[in-house]
Amino acid sequence: MMQSVLRKNEMKQSLFQITENTKLTENVMRMRLKGDTSAITAPGQFINIKLDGLFLRRPISVCDCEGDTVTIIYKIVGKGTEQMSKMQSGTLDILTGLGNGYDLSKSGEKPLLIGGGVGVPPMYLLAKKLREEGKEVSIILGFNTQNEVFYEEEFKALGCKVYVTTVDGSYGTKGFVTSLFDSIEYSYTYSCGPEPMLKAVHKASATSGQYSFEERMGCGFGACVGCSCKTVTGYIRICKEGPVLEKEDILW
Amino acid sequence: MVNTKVELCGITLDNPVIPASGTFGFGYEFASLYDINILGTFSFKGTTKDARFGNPTPRIAECTSGMINAVGLQNPGVDKVISEELPMLSNFFNKKVMANVSGFSVEEYAYTCEKLDKCDQVGWLEVNISCPNVHGGGMSFGTDPEAAAEVTRAVKSVTKKPVILKLSPNVTDIVAIAKACEKAGADGISLINTMLGMRIDLNKKKPIIANKMGGFSGPAIFPVALRMVYQVSSAVEVPVIGMGGVSSAEDVIEMMLAGATAVEVGAQNLVDPFACKKIIESLPSVMEKYRIENLNDIIGAAHNG
Repeated sequence: MMQSVLRKNEMKQSLFQITENTKLTENVMRMRLKGDTSAITAPGQFINIKLDGLFLRRPISVCDCEGDTVTIIYKIVGKGTEQMSKMQSGTLDILTGLGNGYDLSKSGEKPLLIGGGVGVPPMYLLAKKLREEGKEVSIILGFNTQNEVFYEEEFKALGCKVYVTTVDGSYGTKGFVTSLFDSIEYSYTYSCGPEPMLKAVHKASATSGQYSFEERMGCGFGACVGCSCKTVTGYIRICKEGPVLEKEDILW
Repeated sequence: MVNTKVELCGITLDNPVIPASGTFGFGYEFASLYDINILGTFSFKGTTKDARFGNPTPRIAECTSGMINAVGLQNPGVDKVISEELPMLSNFFNKKVMANVSGFSVEEYAYTCEKLDKCDQVGWLEVNISCPNVHGGGMSFGTDPEAAAEVTRAVKSVTKKPVILKLSPNVTDIVAIAKACEKAGADGISLINTMLGMRIDLNKKKPIIANKMGGFSGPAIFPVALRMVYQVSSAVEVPVIGMGGVSSAEDVIEMMLAGATAVEVGAQNLVDPFACKKIIESLPSVMEKYRIENLNDIIGAAHNG
């Protein structure tokens, strides 16, 4: 137990240089940051960003990590993300290597990835890693409407089978992500998105899977227990033992 | 060479910096980042007789220069703290730790303290009579002088370790509470716990925190905390631990000038996991800057003249 508790490189605090900050849709932005990415070890982990004048850090999931560059995709929802959206250059104080991330070893040969809205970004690094392992990856990207859609081409470029659903039917298949489940052959699911979507996936999926959760966090590294959650096996911290939970551990 | 050593209830601290309960867990998260033996000590996660999950989420809300939490004393219960957390802690912390205790009745406080009294690793018992996030316990003991005295007497009767009462700022007269604790035998007073606060989500038009209200902490409350430390330390003889919004070596010195013998650092640990390390490392140079050779010389110095 001591080894896991005192594992070095679990988390790192370092400065990252903003190299890109572009608009993907009306209120979704992509930021690329250059720095020490060595603590980022699994898709589905997150980073925690300190912004000037704001007390708490902003936890944002890792979309991609290649060499010394980490990519995040975030929705402008409040003061912090609004402030981030205006930064074209400069450095940010970031904690990296947070959260458990997805376990690729359980995917089987035909994993199905499901991302809803800003739950789409962490699916990118996951899809990339699964493709590198030669898996046949299908992904359903769920959005409310056509002008919210992003990353369809990027997933295609990875060699994934990409399906898009929109709630209003303005693009792709009309309906929720789960409406496509019966028409896709899959061995396992990986999902990230709003809780009602995760619940629907949990109910509709025929296989086991992993689900990434969101919660308001104080620290993001396990110290404040602000983001606790009850599971089948006991209490966990979304930021530390999560954010990814296995289907069988979720109390639904 | 400046002197940063202070004495807290008969135990010498290498420096007065103590991470506050609830912001440092049982030390592991931080021990993986730096050697936590550089700390004066730390106050571990508030412990109760039985295990508690705490409040529903969301438990956290941001504020200008601070945050609100309504964790609600989540902890594994005193038996597991003694059988699991303390043995684990001994692998990477070789100083006396401060045990933070909470309860829902006088008997529960005494029960938990009596168990922790048997632990060699525990140097002090910090008795939290000020948690704003639980009903029928915690803060209700810290808002009435007689109830505060009763908890103090009950705990003192079951332990030889120094007993420090942690007070709530959510009272009209904190000095009266502090005096009642001292009279009942408290060996020290620590203050302030968080201030009761709330935030409302403009989109949902509902409180952000599931428990509606929570404890407000962070740099925004520093002046209130400092004022209360000043008032209490001039009214009691026992040592006072100052806390509330401390985030720099300068803040530590200011708290000590107001009358604190030691200083706890809370919310800052959550936004900067290296906060206490940075404060401890910069303390000597900040002392030199203000021509302070020995921290003991400045405890309560702002009261003079």
